[in-house]
Amino acid sequence: MSDVTGRHERPEGIPPTPAEDSHVGAWGRLVRMARPRATKANALAAVLAIVLGFAIATQVHQTQQQGLESLRQSDLVRILDDVSQRSARLDTDARTLQATRDQLVSGSTNGQAAVKAARDRLDALGILAGTLPATGPGITLTIDDPGHKVTAPVLLDTLEELRDAGAEAVQVGPARVVASSYFSDGPGGVEVDGTRLSEPYTIKAIGDPQTMAAAMDIPGGINETVRQLGATPHVGESTGLRIDALQTARTPRYARPVSTPTPTQ
Amino acid sequence: MIPALGLLAGILAGLFLHPTVPLWLQPYLPIAVIAALDAVFGAVRAVLDGIFNDKVFVVSFLSNVVVAALIVFLGDQLGVGSQLSTGVVVVLGLRIFSNVASIRRHLFRA
Repeated sequence: MSDVTGRHERPEGIPPTPAEDSHVGAWGRLVRMARPRATKANALAAVLAIVLGFAIATQVHQTQQQGLESLRQSDLVRILDDVSQRSARLDTDARTLQATRDQLVSGSTNGQAAVKAARDRLDALGILAGTLPATGPGITLTIDDPGHKVTAPVLLDTLEELRDAGAEAVQVGPARVVASSYFSDGPGGVEVDGTRLSEPYTIKAIGDPQTMAAAMDIPGGINETVRQLGATPHVGESTGLRIDALQTARTPRYARPVSTPTPTQ
Repeated sequence: MIPALGLLAGILAGLFLHPTVPLWLQPYLPIAVIAALDAVFGAVRAVLDGIFNDKVFVVSFLSNVVVAALIVFLGDQLGVGSQLSTGVVVVLGLRIFSNVASIRRHLFRA
């Protein structure tokens, strides 16, 4: 134990005034105390100081990252309440969003289905109206008519016979034949929709080839009629017939669709 | 000087090592720190009063810490832990303030 009281030590020289003495003495004592002294107690004090500093830093650090374990029960209950309320709210949000998402997904599939149906319908109507090229199995009926004996009614009969046999798309010569097509006997020969047909007449029809060929061949049918007229019919079946002639779709001038509620898909 | 350096070294070590306080120590550490601070300020005051004694410092430091921890422990057992902790902090804070005032008077005569 060193003598640390310092009460009996005075700086040499003129004794200072009491005030100065106390003042300077206080600093002096502090400085003297700060001087390193190799004593057991001083070392122990240093160890305690290290422990204190360590404890302070640790506690500060601990407080900064305070977890739930140091909170009181009421605080914990409040936090738990908050968390469960928040979780309930988020649950509700999640359900709403899920429902919206489901709606959107089903809506888009509905929309896709509608678009696909509309496209299919457009294709079917385009083939019917003759605005789209068509391909498929069918027959090609060629009529060699050097004497120009085949008239419009014969060709019309042929067309009707083909339709009865299930022809879906028909082309006569260069013209696509649709619902509004007509045959007429012009001055230079048979005309379809105002286009003169050149001989031999070629009729292409897409449908079931066997059925249509048989329909042409029946007794009293087209082939027989044409032969009686002195012309030569020839029926060729094919699996990959292509009908390229097109009709331009005309907007009806008078007929208007009856407005009905759109059928839901 | 050496204790001051020790304090600094301890703080630095605590900052860089990031130790976690064991669970059983968590209620006592803050109070123990306050009590130790009280002992330190009391020691500085004793130095200025000229009555400092290393042994007294060490003993008072340790006893302060132990008694503070004991009080908190007792309070926890009695179910008044937080209130008693507050009381201990208030008392130690008062002591620290009075010690600091005394130190200030010694050093700055004000």
